[in-house]
Formats: sequence, C-alpha cells, structure tokens
Amino acid sequence: MTDVTNLEERFQAKIDAEQKIEPKDWMPEKYRKTLIRQISQHAHSEIVGMLPEGNWITRAPSLRRKAILLAKVQDEAGHGLYLYSACETLGTTREQTIADLNSGKAKYSSIFNYPTLTWADIGAVGWLVDGAAIMNQVMLCRTSYGPYARAMVRICKEESFHQRQGYEVMSVLAKGTPEQKEMAQDALNRWWWPSLMMFGPSDANSPNSADSMKWKIKRQSNDELRQIFIDRTVQQAEIIGLTIPDPDLKWNEATKHYDWGTIDWTEFNNVVAGNGPCNKERLAARNKAHDDGAWVREAALAHAAKKAKRKAA
Amino acid sequence: MSDDNKNNWPLWEIFIQSKRGLEHKHVGSLHAADAQMAIENARDVYTRRQEGNSIWVVPAGAISSSQPDDSAMLFDPADDKTYRHPTFYQMPEGAKYI
Ligand SMILES: [Fe+2]
Ligand SMILES: [Fe+2]
Repeated sequence: MTDVTNLEERFQAKIDAEQKIEPKDWMPEKYRKTLIRQISQHAHSEIVGMLPEGNWITRAPSLRRKAILLAKVQDEAGHGLYLYSACETLGTTREQTIADLNSGKAKYSSIFNYPTLTWADIGAVGWLVDGAAIMNQVMLCRTSYGPYARAMVRICKEESFHQRQGYEVMSVLAKGTPEQKEMAQDALNRWWWPSLMMFGPSDANSPNSADSMKWKIKRQSNDELRQIFIDRTVQQAEIIGLTIPDPDLKWNEATKHYDWGTIDWTEFNNVVAGNGPCNKERLAARNKAHDDGAWVREAALAHAAKKAKRKAA
Repeated sequence: MSDDNKNNWPLWEIFIQSKRGLEHKHVGSLHAADAQMAIENARDVYTRRQEGNSIWVVPAGAISSSQPDDSAMLFDPADDKTYRHPTFYQMPEGAKYI
C-alpha cells in the first residue's frame, strides 16, 4: 500500500512540476481510465463530426466552397486518427475503441446529433462548433499526457481555418439577399445553444472535474471556457449583423463579461441519452461504413500476406 | 498497442522529414496492412499541409525502448561531468576566436 502511495506522490510531483506523463510511466489507474474515456470520446467526435458536414459536400454552392469543405472534412478524419493513435498508447486496441463507438457504449460530442438543414448550417458549424471546440483544444495542448498534448498541438494548427471558413460563409450570407441573411440567422438560432452545451455541464455538476484539474488533464473549467467563448462570439455576430438568440444577453460592466441566459439541460441530457434528432442516423452511418469496409480490410491483409510470401521465396 | 488479433492491420510508427537536411521526426502512428500502405496513409494523415519531404514507417513492434525506471541508471552519470561542456573552461583574458 505504501508503495502505491509513493508512486502516486511521485506521479503527482511530476505533474506539479509541469513534466509530461509518457506512455511507459507509472500512472494511477483512474488517470489512465479518464484519459482513455476522454481521448476516445474526442476521437469519436472528430469522426462522427464528419457526417453532418459531409452531408453538404455535393451541394456546396461553388467549387471554392466545395474544395474548402472537402479539405475541412478530411482534416477531421485526420484529427480522429491522431487521437485514436494517442489513445492506443494507453494500452487499448483500435478495434475495441471502434467497437465501443459502433455499439453505442462510447459517447461522442452531442452537437453532432443535430441536423445540417441548410447551407448556412455549414457556416454555423465552422464558426460556432469548431469555435467552441478550439477553446477546449487550445487548453488541451498543455494537457499532462504527452501523446494527447502532441496530438492537440497538431490539431490546433489545423483548426483555425475551420472556424474562419465558417465565419466567412456566415458573413457572406449575412451581407446577401434578405433570404440569405434570414438563412444565416436561422442557422445561428439553431446552433447557438447546442454550441454552448459543448462545454459540458456547469462546474457545480461536473463530478470528474476535480481529478482532471489536479492531474492537469484540463486546466480551465467548463464554465470559464464557455464564458470566454460567449464574450468573443457576441462581438463577431455583431460585426456581421446577426443576433445571438438570447434575450438575457447583456454586457456587464462590473465583471467585464456578458451575462447570459440559462442552458436547457433537459435537452442536453436527452441528446446525451440518445434521443437527439440524429443519434440513430449517426450510429447507423458509422456501423454501415465499418461493415461495408470489412472486405477491404480483409483483402488488404490477404494481399500483404501474399506479397510478403513472394518476397520471402 | 497489441495486435493479437490477426484480422487487424498492424500498427506503424511514422517519422516525417519536413525538409531536406533535417532529421526524421516521430509524428504518431497509424494502422496499415503493409509498409507501402503505411506510407500512403501517412501521406494523407500527417502531411496535408506540405509538412513532408520524406516518410519513414516502422512496425511498432520492432521498436525497443528504455524503461522509465532505468532512466537514473542511464542518464544520471552525465550529471557530474560538466567538463564535457565548453563553458566549463576558463579562457585567458583577451584570447580571441576560442
Ligand atoms: Fe477537428
Ligand atoms: Fe475542425
């Protein structure tokens, strides 16, 4: 018992001294489990997140927009792979991680259970969803687990174009015909609150947060990050003449932050529980892709075995 | 990190040289059926923005590494050998180009 205490003290001392934890280092079982859950959820979100945007690739309004959207969706696939690879360093197998997503056991960000109904939704997703994700990801560049931090640095370098292209789509629509502006406003109305939910439960209801902060997996609380996101985004909406759908939104001169309304946590919990508008569709799409790809995976292995044999002969 | 299931593509560690003249640097890993496919996938996964000039792929199982527990034994002996650094030496006042 003293041994484990000792190991745990040394582990915490490393973290307090801002040293990264690497795969072969001793770590508390709960640290490992928390990371596996968080990194795999994060990876799944990148992968499932390709679906609502992929929905518009063939219908993008110009070749420029199509090339941009393709590049963005391809980036998200890359992000998923960086993160799956980081997750594997903790002793999981890729096969099991994917199986957990496909069976519905593992979670992914609930935001991707909302539909992308119009082209403006592609703008709103880039601007708000990627924007909210970036807040979290910038913090995670300094997370205590080395492989996770390195994956996040790579991801953050790529994310900023995602948010900018989305904001550009919104600003062009907002300057367009009255119908286009209305489409942009409608997208903002539908994506605003779900984007705020992306930061997770408020600190008071976030049971795992204390450990994650102590272990420096995260360094800022859900509420802190959410507030910074709101403060930044309100100004961006103003500039392009769109209105944030929150009647309680008001600048607070004393706190130097915006006061804002209340999140509908019942809706949040409902979507997490699997009852969002697209939960079933997303999971079905992932399972279909996995099943349809089975013969390719087998054929590639058979081909590799044959080539290796020929080389040996 | 285990590949016990023979139906899975093995894991490859990926090293990218970003520019001629620089070292190949570890960037992450990926699964592929063979080395050729690992190189092709690494191109798509790790060099979408001109990050690459050359790619090495190594089967993850082929890499041996030191253990954290051995680090004192391996690296502490260098701690008290400051005479291996140029700043250890006192040069006569006024000597140039040394
Ligand atoms: Fe991403
Ligand atoms: Fe993104």
